[in-house]
Amino acid sequence: MTDKQRDVLLSIQDLHVWFELRRFGLGHAGYVKAVDGVTFDLHYGETIAIVGESGCGKSSLMKTILGLNKPTKGKVVFEDKDISAFHAEDLRQYRAAIGYVQQDPFGALAPFMNIQRILEEPLIINGVKDAAERERRVRKVMEEVKLSPVDDFLHKFPHMLSGGQQQRVVIARAIILEPKLVVADEPVSMLDASVRVEILKLLRGLQEKYRLAVIYITHDLSTVRYFSERVFVMYAGNIVEKAPVNSLVHNPKHPYTSALMDATSDPDADNALQYRELPPGEPPSLVNPPSGCRFHPRCPRRMENICDVDEPQDLPADDHLVACWLYK
Amino acid sequence: MAEQQKNTLLHIEDLVLHFKTTKGSVQAVDGVFFDLGYKEAVVVLGESGCGKSSLAKAILRLLPRNVAQYGGKVFLEGTDTMAMDEEQYRQNVRWVRMSLVPQAAMNSLNPVLKVGDQVAEPMMVHHGVKKEEALIQAAKMFQHVGVPVDFLDRYAFELSGGMRQRVAIAMALVTAPALVVLDEPTSALDVLTQANIFNVLKRLKKELEVSFVLITHDIATSSELADRVAVMYAGQIVEVSDAHRFFAEPLHPYSRMLMASVPRLRANQEPEFITGQPPSLLNPPKGCRFAGRCPKRFAKCSEEPPIANVDGIQVKCWLYTS
Repeated sequence: MTDKQRDVLLSIQDLHVWFELRRFGLGHAGYVKAVDGVTFDLHYGETIAIVGESGCGKSSLMKTILGLNKPTKGKVVFEDKDISAFHAEDLRQYRAAIGYVQQDPFGALAPFMNIQRILEEPLIINGVKDAAERERRVRKVMEEVKLSPVDDFLHKFPHMLSGGQQQRVVIARAIILEPKLVVADEPVSMLDASVRVEILKLLRGLQEKYRLAVIYITHDLSTVRYFSERVFVMYAGNIVEKAPVNSLVHNPKHPYTSALMDATSDPDADNALQYRELPPGEPPSLVNPPSGCRFHPRCPRRMENICDVDEPQDLPADDHLVACWLYK
Repeated sequence: MAEQQKNTLLHIEDLVLHFKTTKGSVQAVDGVFFDLGYKEAVVVLGESGCGKSSLAKAILRLLPRNVAQYGGKVFLEGTDTMAMDEEQYRQNVRWVRMSLVPQAAMNSLNPVLKVGDQVAEPMMVHHGVKKEEALIQAAKMFQHVGVPVDFLDRYAFELSGGMRQRVAIAMALVTAPALVVLDEPTSALDVLTQANIFNVLKRLKKELEVSFVLITHDIATSSELADRVAVMYAGQIVEVSDAHRFFAEPLHPYSRMLMASVPRLRANQEPEFITGQPPSLLNPPKGCRFAGRCPKRFAKCSEEPPIANVDGIQVKCWLYTS
């Protein structure tokens, strides 16, 4: 993984995803600017984490990458091809090349299908006609995600499995077509602490074995550290900080990143003795985001006449990119 | 014991709550014990399905219809609440001395009533005050939990998740109880909102002199409030400890493995998971319920472990019996 010149698998270029608001179904009433100018590259075999609170646009970004939302402006380029130009057949192939791990495993699995049927589904859609071949691949992928002995699980239905096992099925389904990229949307937020680590380690093992690129979307900074190479911090539709994970954890630059880190607890009895310093207020509306830096109304280090006027671009700070005027 | 109970707000001993199901009786709470002093917070830690939420229900006697067995001792301020009949309990204990913030409370607000009226309601029901007075009290509570007072006239859908959670906490506090049971108060909230709610709870503990039973699976954030920690596994309490000693070095093998599974932001320590799954509460194994997953098990573990006292820490494990 040392080569800096790894090829780019997925390139997000100045992506905007806006949703139109209509008043009573008629007339235009503005846009929800869910993703507003996001740019990054993802290389083959790389794991990145996108960290942000709910409503910061991380799910809209993910859905656009999956081809479920159309970009308002900007491009999603996968292996040098713009995905918005894809039509039926291209899109099917594209979707076979990306796996999707949903947040709520039980909601993501059809309750009336058994595990074998669930895992066969992507193979059927992608034209694997030979039933024996399908079963071979289903068994193989179940071994991969450690749903063994396989025969015990093949004919079970999702409700018969524990949360951790359900999430394994979801992961198996995501990787059965041997994708190049897996998008994992809060894959462990619904699971218990000990199972959480188990599932993350499984994902990491698969990632290393198959050189998968993984986009790990989360709000939990403490798991990011053990699970990704680079971290992007998102706030109100923008990426505010891009950094290698260790650099971010040891030396957060953007005041919002610092706030997120300050709010994350480690188990320590001394926590109960003091209050946590937190930025006041709540994330802004994405219909009318604040001018300039979107974090400035809550920022403890804001500079008048700068932060509230101009929107910061990605500014280099050591090996970081930070969208913050403090680093100019 | 009688002397000790004077300083103890809540004393729970051998609390049992089993449910009838078509497959047999589910031993959701099976021998829970802990003590809680005034102005203290005890954290009940456990994974999903270990009986945490049933424990909350058992403490507040909010029982569903399919109860197979309910018993044990619950003393609140020295009074045996188990000896009270339902009406006495309703009039003197529930929401008067002890209240609950249920799981997902923020989504259980009534959508067609103003939140102020909902917060005022317990005052009107339990203390028989007029609505105007109750609303004044509700406004006070709003200030304590950090909700602007003009939100009294709003509806639940006009509030963000964090604000709704604060309203639910205000509703539990409005009758000035001595004890509030919080069932997963922050599990659906964002990091910053979560930290904010814990700041509120810390402040309430000081300002209103209220005690908390915090039921959660989130070990890292539970340390924000904990004075004492009780670890629950498969319906039973396996360790009761004070927070400083617990977070530094827990004793029970399950507590240790649970702590090792917590990813830490500030320490470079790879988290480890616990292999296997907790036993079914339908037919829990004889002896120690954690024995099947325990790296330190030995012959004795097939017998029910006693509760050992290690310098004031209570551990239900054969390793600590001398």
